[in-house]
Amino acid sequence: MANNYFITDHCIIEKGKVLHNGQEVFAMPEAAFPDFAKQAYKHLNTDYAKFFKMDNLSKLSFLAADILLKEYIADGSNNTALLFANSSSSLDTDVKYNDSIADKDDYFPSPAVFVYTLPNICMGEISIKHKLYTENSFFIFEAFNPEFFAAYAQALLDTAKADRVLCGWVDFLKDDYKAFMYLVSKEQGTAHTKENIQTLYNN
Amino acid sequence: MEALKQELKEKIIDVLNLEDIAVEDVNDNDPLFGDGLGLDSIDALELIVMLDKDYGIKLADPKEGKAIFQSIETMAKYISENRTK
Repeated sequence: MANNYFITDHCIIEKGKVLHNGQEVFAMPEAAFPDFAKQAYKHLNTDYAKFFKMDNLSKLSFLAADILLKEYIADGSNNTALLFANSSSSLDTDVKYNDSIADKDDYFPSPAVFVYTLPNICMGEISIKHKLYTENSFFIFEAFNPEFFAAYAQALLDTAKADRVLCGWVDFLKDDYKAFMYLVSKEQGTAHTKENIQTLYNN
Repeated sequence: MEALKQELKEKIIDVLNLEDIAVEDVNDNDPLFGDGLGLDSIDALELIVMLDKDYGIKLADPKEGKAIFQSIETMAKYISENRTK
């Protein structure tokens, strides 16, 4: 797919490692996700107290997005749309919530857990932190779908819905997680093609 | 009453995941919402669940929460007068 857009930055978080444009910026490969996320938050100077109230999917998404958006938002360029997808939806939190209401004799549903039983909540957290009043959509696919990401991001830019698109595959279920995020705009970088998106995802 | 206040501070920090706040940071009369601990509406619902789960208090009217959850002091007073467990 030929176009005039480019991937300017990308980030991957998986297996206890944070990579920014291919460079490792934080690692705790032996740690369980909650501890890894807490230490990554501190190391990356994320500075958002409500981070600790989030569920795993939102923490994962928030950390990756914060790495990519910090410099652009500081720049005042906040017309950034969010385009996210995954395969597990919010199932990791859905299961926890279901467990909390399974026993009728000990029935105390947690509002703080319930609010995360939708996958797109993570985009709300990111939008609040970075003051984004922009387009956002969350899709569910069986597997990573670079063709869809490429076409949808291009449509958002072609129709001037946004100056930049933050694309993200953010999946979390039990101990298995991966965030792959990248920014697409007219600024120079890697050509915005499904092949390049797939290559960056695989790294 | 002092033991209950201490217990409430510990529970609130734990239940509401106030990672950056220590028990010593919370004064008995500090506002829990707004400029104090900065709690939000979901936290308020979580506190209502905590009253039910840990102290056997069911708030029939959620509007009561505004007065009860003003501070640790007001929470402790209400709980000590109304707890069933």
